[in-house]
Amino acid sequence: MSKYYVNKFLYQVDRDPALLAAYKADPASLVERWQDEYGRWLGASNRVEQTTWLSFTDGERTALIEHDYATLFELGAHFFLTLTIFIALYNDDYETKAGPLAFQREYAEKLSHWLGRDYPTVAL
Amino acid sequence: MAELAAVLATTHHPFYLKATTAPPEDRMAQADEWQRKVEAYRETLTAAKPDILVMVGADHFHQFFSDNYPAFLIGKQPKYDAIFYNEEREFGIPKYLLDGHEDLSGFMLQGLLDRGFDFAVSHELKLDHSIICPIITTRPGADLPVVPIYTNIFAPPLPSPKRFYDLGRAIRSIIDEYPSDQRIAAVGSGHLSLELGGPRQFGETGPDPVFDRKAIDWLASGDIDAILENVTHESMAGAGNATHGFMDLILMMGIAGAIPADYVDELDLFHTREMYMTWYPKGDPR
Repeated sequence: MSKYYVNKFLYQVDRDPALLAAYKADPASLVERWQDEYGRWLGASNRVEQTTWLSFTDGERTALIEHDYATLFELGAHFFLTLTIFIALYNDDYETKAGPLAFQREYAEKLSHWLGRDYPTVAL
Repeated sequence: MAELAAVLATTHHPFYLKATTAPPEDRMAQADEWQRKVEAYRETLTAAKPDILVMVGADHFHQFFSDNYPAFLIGKQPKYDAIFYNEEREFGIPKYLLDGHEDLSGFMLQGLLDRGFDFAVSHELKLDHSIICPIITTRPGADLPVVPIYTNIFAPPLPSPKRFYDLGRAIRSIIDEYPSDQRIAAVGSGHLSLELGGPRQFGETGPDPVFDRKAIDWLASGDIDAILENVTHESMAGAGNATHGFMDLILMMGIAGAIPADYVDELDLFHTREMYMTWYPKGDPR
């Protein structure tokens, strides 16, 4: 698995409004496109040098495509990157339907089986 | 020599500006009390009449990522842009352009290297809300030159709590030696117990009110021994997965020294406890 690569996806997509909109509209296409157009380039902004050996596991790719933040938490993706991008994707829709913080509370509830336990480490 | 006019250690709540500028129909119940406390806190900096601000914060994966994440970094620039797109989007914080103070940045960097803190340095640093939130709360005119110092409280493995305290002590000795008649205030932001992206996030209180009580009391009394005895990376994780931002508050106490604070206030908000603390190591100007 590559927590680093998952974090890189979350980091780059969250900071780019066009990528973020694409991730909301068609996550499978965006995950595929990101690997080619972003993931394989060195660091966060290089377009000349490549990193040739990084890739997602099947489980990581599926979790990203399914917007499955609970699984991302369990895989050790960084909690701040995961929370921030999913707030961007879902907060407004939830707030309209169910009021402020409705999404954040559902998010916490989906992770409630981790209460009182050591969380999966985000260390790389 | 420069005068250390004040040391401020504060939590940074990115929704302060939004909460206190919302139209009346959207204004949260605690907004008035929150604004009163922040404005009273702001007076503790104003009274110190600072000329330069040494600012301590932590980049939240805005500029820095794990391809190259510095443990400690200082900016050395004439100007600093601030606030990233995703912070504007989520928190409604506008963009800023702050003046820098290159001479003090350079003096600070050399002083840190001389004292065994091998800092990274950036000449194209953009500041995030960890520095702009305290600007909004304590110096909203954003009219003073800044020296920004960033710490890693986010991407483990992290430096130890003792290292943060010792770094604060080093910063203090460098400020004391700075050959200038200017008045320097150190303003740093961090967190008490905090959970983000975990099961304890956005509860009715912060994730660990017991930790918060102790943490404020330790800082307010200058009890570094109790902090170093009780606060570890593991104990902070036990209080909430993002509690490690407390180490920046320990750093600020390091700048002040292990002395009682001159101003202590707090506010229990809907998912965090906010803390506002000021030391006047050279005497209370109020």
